[in-house]
Amino acid sequence: MTLEVAGLDAGYGGTPILRDVDLTVNDGEIVGIVGRNGVGKTTLLKAIMGLLDPEAGTVRVDGTDLTHEPADVHARSGIGYVPQGRDVFPGLTVEQNLTIGEGIGDSDETRYEQVYDYFPILEERADQDAGTMSGGQQQMLAIGRALVGDPDLLVVDEPSEGVQPSIVQSITSDLERINEEFGTTILFVEQNLSVIQGLSERCYAIDHGTIVDEIDADGVRDRERLEEYLVV
Amino acid sequence: MIAATAAPLTFSAYSLIALLFQFLNSFGFIVLATVGLAIIFGMMGVINLAHGEFILIGVYGTALPFHAGVPLPVAMIGGVVAATVFGVLVERTIVNRFYDRLLDSMVATWGLALVVSQLLLIVFGSSLDSISAPMGSVAYGPFSSSIYRSVFLPLVAVAVLVGLYALFTRTEFGIKARATIEDPETARAMGIDTDRMYTVTFAIGSALAGLTGALYAPALGSITPNRGSTFLVEAFVAVVVGGPSVIVGTLSAAGVLSVFNATGSFLFGTFIGQMLLLLVAIVALRALPNGISGYLDDWQQRRRAEE
Repeated sequence: MTLEVAGLDAGYGGTPILRDVDLTVNDGEIVGIVGRNGVGKTTLLKAIMGLLDPEAGTVRVDGTDLTHEPADVHARSGIGYVPQGRDVFPGLTVEQNLTIGEGIGDSDETRYEQVYDYFPILEERADQDAGTMSGGQQQMLAIGRALVGDPDLLVVDEPSEGVQPSIVQSITSDLERINEEFGTTILFVEQNLSVIQGLSERCYAIDHGTIVDEIDADGVRDRERLEEYLVV
Repeated sequence: MIAATAAPLTFSAYSLIALLFQFLNSFGFIVLATVGLAIIFGMMGVINLAHGEFILIGVYGTALPFHAGVPLPVAMIGGVVAATVFGVLVERTIVNRFYDRLLDSMVATWGLALVVSQLLLIVFGSSLDSISAPMGSVAYGPFSSSIYRSVFLPLVAVAVLVGLYALFTRTEFGIKARATIEDPETARAMGIDTDRMYTVTFAIGSALAGLTGALYAPALGSITPNRGSTFLVEAFVAVVVGGPSVIVGTLSAAGVLSVFNATGSFLFGTFIGQMLLLLVAIVALRALPNGISGYLDDWQQRRRAEE
């Protein structure tokens, strides 16, 4: 799935956060967005996802204009969203959380088998309340929930946040595997250097609500260049 | 002399049965009056102060066809349909502006309540003929209880709660509805049309209000445009005492309140029973500000934290 964002302005209640954001994610790519806390990374994903109505600019998915459509329309067009802080439904069981994810995408096809293959813990804990699981397990559930409806594009907000380092590594490789096996396009934001370098094929740097650098595959390996956008 | 004054306070087996029936009567009434309000409050953060008038539309929707010759059970369906249609119209035009705005929603729906009861007065006059309760009554010793009010309606109340439990835990709609309550933004990002969930939920709340009106149409005595408040007061108290969880809250509040209401009514008359109900509500709120179900949630979380 191709995602094109052009001239995007967005903010909360009249406070502008994003200014003139342009970015493109090609079908099958893994693209990262790097930036420090509070530079507009989450706001950008919310505007792309339709959780925030942009003031100007366009969001196109496979050529279709979704700019002012609500988030449920985005989800049904095949975008799977993994929110920051995971945001699983704490009072629902693991299995019920996955059921909710079936609403993503327009087909009736589901990927339970693959989700349980990637994250066996989700099958073992199917009847446990999601709110009682650890941070890493909740992150797996959030990814599994976005994956179960067979999305064409995964939008992931800081997969490493609040997750222990050992599990960060496995989540990174899971996302890579999802991309390889299903051709799922992935757009993620992150400030963990090893995740950015391990996962992205190329990335954008964001600062003060606008894209300040476009970093190609060689640039991604350049630690110093990335650190410029991450270190306070 | 002594025997005569002591007699009413002497508890016989008959008195205990009478007290039990009184409890069931009160329990059925509180549960049925409350569920519709509780669902709309629990899911949408809206207190519908026109809830009593929604029930009243169920009463009128039943009584009017019944007096025109329609058999009672069929007329009752009319009451449910009338309240549901009315609820959907109100949600689409008024309530959808007040999601999660508790106080605003109360003012708007209170205004709606006044309009509805005045319209009923203008259109249908100061009262409709009462409908006699079906199923007769059972007599025991010096007492007699209505089978319809003290046996049938409490059974329906329990069936409604069981049905709601199944709806919210066993069906896809119920799981989506709970996801929408817990986190509307994430629910929407998972493809759930949350606006539609709210409309459907409000329709279910309205249908339950209509059902309550239909069921109580033959148990009210005179049918007047101001009867809505009879239902609203107890429903409001029960929602506040029960707290945010629809089923646990309604069940526990109805249980606790009915014990006091029934005992008070049985010993000292319905006025004292009603007073006692309000008194218990005030005390319960001082002790458990989040209601019984809120307290149980906190307790569960603390226990989990200790583990």
